[in-house]
Amino acid sequence: MSAVLELIGLNKAYGALQVTRDVSLEVRAGEVHALIGPNGAGKTTLIGQISGALRPESGRVRFEGRDVSALTLAERARAGLGRTFQITQILPEFTALENVALAVQAHQGHSFRFFRAAARDTRLNDAAMAVLAEVGLAERARVLAGALSHGERRSLELALALALQPKLLLLDEPMAGTGPAETEHLVALLKQVKQRCPLLLVEHDMAAVFELADRISVLVYGEIIATGTPEEIRANADVRAAYLGEEIPA
Amino acid sequence: MMAPSSRLRDVLMPLVLFGALAAVPLYATLADDRFILLFATRIAVMALAALSLNFILGFAGLVSFGHAAFIGIGAYAVGILAENDIWGAWISLPLAVLAAGLFALVTGAISLKTRGVHFIMITLAFGQMAYYTATSLSAYGGDDGLTLWGRSEFLDTPVFSDDTWFFYLVLALLAGAYGLLRRICGSRFGRVLAGARQSELRLEALGVSPYAYRLVAYCLAAMIAALAGALMANQAEFVSPSAMSWHRSGELIVMCLLGGLGSLHGAILGAIAFMVLEEGLSGVTEHWRLIFGPLLVLVVLYGRGGLLGLLDLGKRS
Repeated sequence: MSAVLELIGLNKAYGALQVTRDVSLEVRAGEVHALIGPNGAGKTTLIGQISGALRPESGRVRFEGRDVSALTLAERARAGLGRTFQITQILPEFTALENVALAVQAHQGHSFRFFRAAARDTRLNDAAMAVLAEVGLAERARVLAGALSHGERRSLELALALALQPKLLLLDEPMAGTGPAETEHLVALLKQVKQRCPLLLVEHDMAAVFELADRISVLVYGEIIATGTPEEIRANADVRAAYLGEEIPA
Repeated sequence: MMAPSSRLRDVLMPLVLFGALAAVPLYATLADDRFILLFATRIAVMALAALSLNFILGFAGLVSFGHAAFIGIGAYAVGILAENDIWGAWISLPLAVLAAGLFALVTGAISLKTRGVHFIMITLAFGQMAYYTATSLSAYGGDDGLTLWGRSEFLDTPVFSDDTWFFYLVLALLAGAYGLLRRICGSRFGRVLAGARQSELRLEALGVSPYAYRLVAYCLAAMIAALAGALMANQAEFVSPSAMSWHRSGELIVMCLLGGLGSLHGAILGAIAFMVLEEGLSGVTEHWRLIFGPLLVLVVLYGRGGLLGLLDLGKRS
């Protein structure tokens, strides 16, 4: 299988603290690649470097065979690298529909269109409604995003990324803070999304990780100590040592 | 679906505001009160400037503290041309607008690289730069300003020279600018501006860099403010550096806050309220700011959306 995303020798430090150490990793077409590791292992920092929000000190990021290391967050998003945030980044004063319509609009090209009313633009609203229906928010379309429940916001966050029709999706703890029912909903949703594009999933919910992932990489102190299938990771002695006290379902 | 209160705000309020303004000349004639016509003209001119500021300040979230510079550029364009015996409005108005647009393009390109307090400070600095440039224009009055020996001309019509005609010209331009900006706020372009105000990171993650959109909005606001400046020069038949001092920029921000941050007709309401209060209170005492200040604090505290918010209060619950 070909690699959609390749990380080659990424390094990043905050002062004396090395948060990413020589990380090399690839996400292949069609797979869900999970990135796990204890708190403070540098997972979010790594996602930041992949999406372009942060700059590594050294190393390269290749996306679909092209070196995107020099591109900004917005440029990488336009190239098809979608992401969600650990801390929800929705537009609270817009309705759920307006949020997704803006994502659809971004995907349709530049927005130097000054006169036509966006609120009545069926080219935006129809596509946005379809995405909202997919994540189960169709009935909440007219509600202000700031008034949605936490779980609904997580779904909206995902809808925003999906509306861009990404070629790869970076998911930074999509289940963070959600209840069991919402987690179940999101897992089912991600199984569908997986049919469309590969996922790089950072997640603490091990049950969800082992249910979704085709391959897992384990990040400890900024370093990848193992990559393999869920079975291989479960059996790996180093991983068990790193997760001392934390649970990996047997 | 729009809540009843927001329908009241978005449809009824602009109709009431423009209707009231349009009726002023009739009242002035009936009551034989020339002062109120001139006063309403000054209000409409300030409303035009406040409207343009609220577009970038309230709607796009760019707290510009140098907006008076654009008004000044517009006013000086008219003044300098008049001093050189060029009176045609078809020359001075477009030139005023273009000059301010160009100034905004250069200063905005730099200012918009910054955020928050830095943006406030850098726009203030550019504004003061324009102010001191004006004070040093010794050929055009320097500190003292420049008295015009008449108003602009337009095709032998009385639109500038006659006070009633001039009032309607200002009102028409105010209505035109209001309609244009309202349209733009509802467009795809407007969505990007409003989205970037809420979360720049989100816009970036959607593949949209807000910078170019903000720069276009900044220039557009500057051009409308310059139009207000050109009208102001005609109204007062006088141009002075004080038109672009930071006090004036501050007053414009207060008008936006007073009326309702981010609302276009809120800016018009704010301009009316500000100038009526200023006029009324300064007739009572020369220390009118002592009363005006606390009043502003109360409006901002209790009407989260300025006066518009207060008007809505009864309808909400």
